[in-house]
Amino acid sequence: MKILTGNDLKSGAVTWWTGVDWSLHVEEAVDVGDQAGSIAAREESARRVNAPYAIDAERDERGVRPAHIKDRIRALGPTVRPDLTLKPADPKAGSWVI
Amino acid sequence: MYLYDQYDQAMVDARVAEFRDQCQRRIDGKLSEDQFKPLRLMNGLYLQLHAYMLRVAIPYGTLNGRQMRALGDIADTFDRKYGHFTTRQNIQYNWIKLEEAPDILEALAKVEMHAIQTSGNCIRNISSDHFAGAAADEVADPRPYAELLRQWSSFHPEFSYLPRKFKFAVIASETDRAAMRLHDIGINIVRGDAGELGAAFYVGGGMGRTPMIAPLIRDFVPLDQLITYTEACLRVYNRYGRRDNKYKARIKILVHELGAQEYTRQVEEEFAHLLTQGIEPPRAELERIKSYFVDPAFDANAPDVIDRTDPDFAVWVDRNTHPHKQHNYVSAVISLKPVGGIPGDATADQMRLMAELGEAYSFDELRVIHTQNIVLPHVRKADLFTLWQKLVEAGLGTPNLDQIGDIIACPGLDYCSLANARSIPVAQKISERFAASGKGEALGELKLKISGCINACGHHHAGHIGILGVDKKGVENYQLLLGGSEAEDTSLGKITGPGFSEDGIVDAVETAADVYLRERQNGERFLDTYRRIGMEPFKEALYG
Repeated sequence: MKILTGNDLKSGAVTWWTGVDWSLHVEEAVDVGDQAGSIAAREESARRVNAPYAIDAERDERGVRPAHIKDRIRALGPTVRPDLTLKPADPKAGSWVI
Repeated sequence: MYLYDQYDQAMVDARVAEFRDQCQRRIDGKLSEDQFKPLRLMNGLYLQLHAYMLRVAIPYGTLNGRQMRALGDIADTFDRKYGHFTTRQNIQYNWIKLEEAPDILEALAKVEMHAIQTSGNCIRNISSDHFAGAAADEVADPRPYAELLRQWSSFHPEFSYLPRKFKFAVIASETDRAAMRLHDIGINIVRGDAGELGAAFYVGGGMGRTPMIAPLIRDFVPLDQLITYTEACLRVYNRYGRRDNKYKARIKILVHELGAQEYTRQVEEEFAHLLTQGIEPPRAELERIKSYFVDPAFDANAPDVIDRTDPDFAVWVDRNTHPHKQHNYVSAVISLKPVGGIPGDATADQMRLMAELGEAYSFDELRVIHTQNIVLPHVRKADLFTLWQKLVEAGLGTPNLDQIGDIIACPGLDYCSLANARSIPVAQKISERFAASGKGEALGELKLKISGCINACGHHHAGHIGILGVDKKGVENYQLLLGGSEAEDTSLGKITGPGFSEDGIVDAVETAADVYLRERQNGERFLDTYRRIGMEPFKEALYG
């Protein structure tokens, strides 16, 4: 599947396109098929996202998982600071990245 | 240390106001990201893996307590209670909000700091010897010359859009503590035959994807021609640097392709022309700058002894202090490399404590080292024990300077959008491995440097042991290099062979260390042994 990601313009936070809005949580990302370019252009011009781009991902039992480690780290947070990730209370969160 | 005059302050304040307006226009949609990006980069604001990242300039790594405290307060107010000291003697904040960036710059301006020219194809922060003004072996304090270069290069209209970024290092001793020959221009302040001071120019060094050691292009430039000669070096580069290919745009490529001799000929020709133009700043300006760098009021009667009764303290003194030009003082190094920690990171509280200690014990001066540690340059020997106790209490007393636990590591894939692999977890595992085995002490001086990509922010080319993280079909892989040095015996490390997994590279470093322990002679360092026996014994042990 193809999913769309970018950063929030004001906060810089990593965001994912849910089909209707942008979410901090990659598990809410939807397959954009071949619509990535048009969605990205529309959302960026409305300043709802900054520097959006499409990536490959797959859906498994834990939800949507970006294909590349870089995007998995973007989705979770720095592996060396679990306290700063989106799942600070989940000790297994880091294994999802690697 | 240098203090802003009315012109410095006015320039920085004006830049804050300008950037506040630019940020607002971006948020309001009056600027596109393509239009805004070069503007934010000129103010040190990147968009990184998780958020905006702000890089703050620390000229030649020098800070006073008020400035270090402000850095801690910024970490508390605008970031997540920590900052990362970099290999360019700067600090980076990783979790910045665009709408708050102007407020941070305003807070910095209040303590005579900024983020100008910490990115972009311009002259970046001037780096220098972290023991400047304190080291017993320097011929002069290099900081006034670094400051003169800083002022000359700030907003220089001719050099604000160079083919590529440009980095200077200025030192003034035979011992190179600033990786001088791995900079675009390295300047060594030296004495001439008659005892007068001058500058030796090394041009065209650098790390990155094409590492090169800068050749000496002139062994003595009179200091009243320092800026003129520098400008000649930059002009030739600006004229002929490869703007068509960013991977070949650094001055090292130009010097290499022209040849040092031809590049030098062109510089000398330009220099002769510039000498007729009267561009050198007035001598009075250099003297004004020098007046900010006079020695503090050292206590000539302070005791010249250190009570080494406490064995842990004695180890720290041996590892983490450096001789001072005043016999009863030392320079003390605060390690930001606790076992298993993140190299270069300091919490807001640690920054405020270091500020306090700098004020109390080091004439209100601190320095950032390119190895991502902090120096208190002027500490009375009599104060060392008290200082050490306070450092230990705050987790800042690790006695590992220049040992295998004192690892340089770039932020890597945990933070950096350019990285291919994580650096920090590798550093943590190596640090923990050698601390647990106790081999770190036996290894002595062993400088280990890790980069998460070919851009080499972690100086892997110059590590006695270097590690380069690469992306191998979507999986992190780590190449091992041996034999690099960024000291006065500058050399570039060589790759041992096929790369390793994350855990494999930790084993590989231990294997290389074991070869050294087996083969070393007569107090050799790891680097000395490698240079004597060559790569083969290491390859044999690593790959069989």
